[in-house]
Amino acid sequence: MRLPGARIVLECLKREGVDIVFGLPGGAVLPIYDALYDFQGLRHILVRQEAAAGHAAEGYARATGKVGVCLVTSGPACTNLVTALQDAMMDSIPIVAFTGQVPTHLIGNDAFQEADNVGITRSATKHNFLVKDGKDLGPIIREAFHIAQTGRPGPVHVDLPKDILVKEAELIWPDKVTMRSYNPNYEGHAGQIKRAARSMVRAGKPVLYVGGGVISSNAHAELRELAELTEIPVTTTLMGLGAFPSEHPLSIEMLGMHGTYYANMAVHHSDVLIAVGARFDDRVTGRVDAFAPHAEIIHIDIDPSSISKNIKVDVPIVGDCRRVLRALVEAVREEMKTTGDGREGRRPWHAQIAEWKKTQPLRYDWDDDVIKPQYVIQEISNLTRGEAMIVTGVGQHQMWAAQYYKFKHPRAWFTSGGLGTMGYGLPTAMGVQAAHPNKQVINIDGDGSFQMNSQELATCFVEKLPVKTVIINNSGHGMVRQWQRIIYKERYCAIDLPGIPDWVKLAEAYGCVGLRVTKPSEVVPALEKMLSTPAPVILDVCVDKDECVFPMVPAGGANTDMILTPPTREVRDRAEKSQTGF
Amino acid sequence: MSGPPARTMTANGSEPRKHTISVLVENKFGVLSRVAGLFSARGYNIESLSVGETLDPTVSRMTLVVSGDEFVIEQVTKQLHKLIDVIKVNDLTDESHVDRELMLVRVNAEPQHREEILRTADIFRAKVVDVTQVSFVLEATGDEGKLEALIELLRPMGIQEIVRTGKVAIARGPKTRPRKAEPAKRPRVSEDPRVVGFAD
Repeated sequence: MRLPGARIVLECLKREGVDIVFGLPGGAVLPIYDALYDFQGLRHILVRQEAAAGHAAEGYARATGKVGVCLVTSGPACTNLVTALQDAMMDSIPIVAFTGQVPTHLIGNDAFQEADNVGITRSATKHNFLVKDGKDLGPIIREAFHIAQTGRPGPVHVDLPKDILVKEAELIWPDKVTMRSYNPNYEGHAGQIKRAARSMVRAGKPVLYVGGGVISSNAHAELRELAELTEIPVTTTLMGLGAFPSEHPLSIEMLGMHGTYYANMAVHHSDVLIAVGARFDDRVTGRVDAFAPHAEIIHIDIDPSSISKNIKVDVPIVGDCRRVLRALVEAVREEMKTTGDGREGRRPWHAQIAEWKKTQPLRYDWDDDVIKPQYVIQEISNLTRGEAMIVTGVGQHQMWAAQYYKFKHPRAWFTSGGLGTMGYGLPTAMGVQAAHPNKQVINIDGDGSFQMNSQELATCFVEKLPVKTVIINNSGHGMVRQWQRIIYKERYCAIDLPGIPDWVKLAEAYGCVGLRVTKPSEVVPALEKMLSTPAPVILDVCVDKDECVFPMVPAGGANTDMILTPPTREVRDRAEKSQTGF
Repeated sequence: MSGPPARTMTANGSEPRKHTISVLVENKFGVLSRVAGLFSARGYNIESLSVGETLDPTVSRMTLVVSGDEFVIEQVTKQLHKLIDVIKVNDLTDESHVDRELMLVRVNAEPQHREEILRTADIFRAKVVDVTQVSFVLEATGDEGKLEALIELLRPMGIQEIVRTGKVAIARGPKTRPRKAEPAKRPRVSEDPRVVGFAD
């Protein structure tokens, strides 16, 4: 079948099962937009800036487990998109991004809106393609989707020169994708799985350390089965929140820089640490030579290059988390037949963890007059019973959301973990809402972070995406302020955002609903009103600007060097000393 | 805190040394920049890189010389393998292999030195490929040690210019494995009889 290239692109998207495309038109992709005019079965959501198209595709992908798709033009559109691509790269989110390109005869000519798109996105993608012949469109798009969603998922970029989109070509659609250079390994090594099972059953102080890989491989049920079978406590990374219910008796919640005291202590004192779909990020390990120093480390990961990258691993298992955990459950059952379940021996360990939980729970000081940000998150958690889709920006509010929201399900937590992209919240929330029109999508954002993509309120309004945004408004870049307070001797620099803009008026300017609260007593009624409003809402919550995120491990410090309360001079000096240039 | 055992990847790593890594890649545009970009992005040191087509024109072979301790080299090979266009990565360093480099040297040829240069070239089995009143260009091949030795001997005469190709390497011995009776479902390049000398 011969079709214009643009039509081939749309046909291929349809065949890949794409139902929503987030995009923004421009010169080089006009042929696709022209073909879209009367093309049935694809919803196009017009964003206001290209990075938002990328983040929305990320939100869609994380919410559904399918590949998210975005489409933008050449040059500046592609450079705007790079942040979203790198974000998806760091967090292993499957998206396919299409960009327009100047016609092939003008490539390299410094043409209007030309950039070396594939050169620019090369290190920000899992793989990228420049299509040079119309007959390659089908096979390349097929490979792009295959690469994005198999192995360790990630972003794939396809660059489309305008003349390729205009010229007619044969639509070639391979039934199957086979690539001699790309064959990810899904099954874990049976011998290593057996070794891991033996260590787990015999362990006295084991901990499961769970990351986003469990969510992307849909392994939450297998994880829960393994944890309950062995009665091993579970800590999750920022990316892993939702992989295991926060309120499960075995849950010790998040670990790392702003993890719970009990998670960090448990990992530090563990004798067997089972890392599942996590990559020992520096925000998790703190100082690496002091991370889980007594533990035998078992590491399950789809990506061989994650293993023994930061931390030397004793039992590496390369494979898909779900399949490996399934095999591990069987291996553990087998092992228990000969050696017993080992639960008795772990009683003191559970008692120790319970003691840590009791002495150092997550806590903050209540104030009758000033709203504490943690309280707002707690109430959001209560009112939605942990069932909402929670999206965040990046900063203090993100960490409070991670700490205080009680997650029940996987694919209900959307945050920029690896790249820490401020402005991630609103566009990602749009993608989640587009994927799940009937779910409550709440973007918990900061006043600094939200301003980086607030233009997308227009998209929310026009496309009828009733995203609820709660701005934890502390009139400044709170996380930076916290670091300047604790580590830089209160030399506050470039952190004040003094109440500009007026968020209620801004919401109204975009046709959305704006609400504001300044007193603790107003929080719950305002949240209730927000949740029952069938339109995009901004709830501006003016909070205590001095509040800090605790626990806090100063960068470069060991996880046991957690700061638990507002710092005294002595704590500040210690934090400053451990600072090693992060 | 009392000193825990070191967990860092360099603290208990081996001493850095040079590794010769042979990489089979899809012969597509942009592959070289993917490999080169990987090294610059991750801060690995690349000492030399040479690329050429194999018997299969859709496949190219890159020979890389990289220095690093065992953890760096482990990451280098894993990261190379992670590139979609990379078919196979093989560290030849601790395997029996032959490596060669080609060098062109322009050396001053003063009358009193001409004889000595020719004798030296002869000993090193180097060829004179260009002669003028005042200079020779010598072509030499060999492993790194041989070429370094030649350079040292020519240095006193005055070397004007050196051009080196970077190393190419091949494993020793008959490396083509006996073909199995059942043809493999996905033919691997290493099993392609036309691609000889690639160690598994």
